[in-house]
Amino acid sequence: MSERPIIAIEDLSKSYGYLPVLRKLNLSIARGQFLALLGPNGSGKSTLLRLIPGLTKPSSGTIQVGGWHIPQEAAAVRHQIGLVSHKSLLYDNLTARENLAFFGQLYGLRGAALDARVDHLLERVGLKKRADSLARTFSRGMSQRLSIARALLHDPHVLLFDEPHTGLDQDASAVLDELLRASHGEGHTIIMTTHDLPRAALLAERAIILSRGQIAYDAPTDPAHPQDLVAAFQRVTGETSAR
Amino acid sequence: MNTTPFWRTTWAVLRKDLRAELRSRELVSVMLLFALLAVLVFSFALELDQIVSREAVSGVLWVIVVFASILGLNRSMSAEREQGSMDALLIAPIQRGAIFLGKFLGNLLFTLLVGVVLLPLMTVLYDVVTLNPWVLLVLTLGTWGVCASGTLLAAMTAQTRARESLLPIAMLPVVLPLLLAAVSATTGILNSAPTSEWQGWIGVVLVIDVAYTTICFLLFDFVLEE
Repeated sequence: MSERPIIAIEDLSKSYGYLPVLRKLNLSIARGQFLALLGPNGSGKSTLLRLIPGLTKPSSGTIQVGGWHIPQEAAAVRHQIGLVSHKSLLYDNLTARENLAFFGQLYGLRGAALDARVDHLLERVGLKKRADSLARTFSRGMSQRLSIARALLHDPHVLLFDEPHTGLDQDASAVLDELLRASHGEGHTIIMTTHDLPRAALLAERAIILSRGQIAYDAPTDPAHPQDLVAAFQRVTGETSAR
Repeated sequence: MNTTPFWRTTWAVLRKDLRAELRSRELVSVMLLFALLAVLVFSFALELDQIVSREAVSGVLWVIVVFASILGLNRSMSAEREQGSMDALLIAPIQRGAIFLGKFLGNLLFTLLVGVVLLPLMTVLYDVVTLNPWVLLVLTLGTWGVCASGTLLAAMTAQTRARESLLPIAMLPVVLPLLLAAVSATTGILNSAPTSEWQGWIGVVLVIDVAYTTICFLLFDFVLEE
């Protein structure tokens, strides 16, 4: 591969007490790739997603994002990462605009540039008309869209999605899928954990299945045959579904 | 790439907390209600004459301030955890000390507001003039130390399941020295004792404030690590 990977993980291990969650994991992700991170509950997906931006410290091993090491160069790494979780990561008692303005300030945006960025993102996620509504009045789908706008505020290279479809109905999931495709189309590198294997096959271009803290499967997805990924999941984990 | 300037982050966190509180009044209203009820309960329970009141009122004041602050601190840090917004703060390129300072200043303002409302009420109910510039100074300094240590401990206990009950258990032993010094200073002032008898206690409160604020500021990053 000619271009350096945007994320390079070497010999990464993480234990909680005596319980190993990730064991000597090696992974590199190319710039602009959409990666689905799959695995049964407790396989280490969410832990890996928390390790990449430095929300959790590794027990051993190294993580580089865009050539910068975490945790030594945490600020540089965090400028490049946006996180969307199954929780909204927003403040219920602030409006959509106030939420985005607050987080924008934390990324060094201010004044007219901040206002313009907030307006642009509210428009993009379809919440312009609800800009001055409190976040607590939003449906789950609207909260998730606002959460994506928050993650995009600083135009990060890497977007981390931790089970973003949790709690969404079909329509809201479809809107979220469109936002994910659009972000990928703009060149963002995306890592998404999910239990929805067919959706992972349709959205992502590469799938990794974690089992017992190690990569048990790593292959390109085939959107025309999502059942292949389901079969691979059953084969490597011995479980019939990802839930 | 650099972190966002420290003071700008502190101001953003403080302004966010003030704005959310002005809108919801979830924190101050509960603290005030508790404080008002506690003052009334103590007033009826103790039925003190004026001489004994002078001795007891400072203890009552500080017990109420500390417990009201615990209510506020618990709520303030839970709000960061409920929707996971603390994670969004932690992955921003900011110094975590700025989060501490912003949260601490917000908690200090809310608790001071409760204390300031308490003083005239206690003057009426206990027949002791508590509205005094020196009492206000001790109240400010004492609340400073209570909120500094409380902000750190609330960040710790917010990560546990038993956060509501754990915070007072963790906090009361820590604020005890501060409480003793603040009560001694307040009692001296209310008894119109010679300045030399209570000024030293204000110095003790100040020293504890500086120590607690420094330690808590330095430990905050460590506490937020998993």
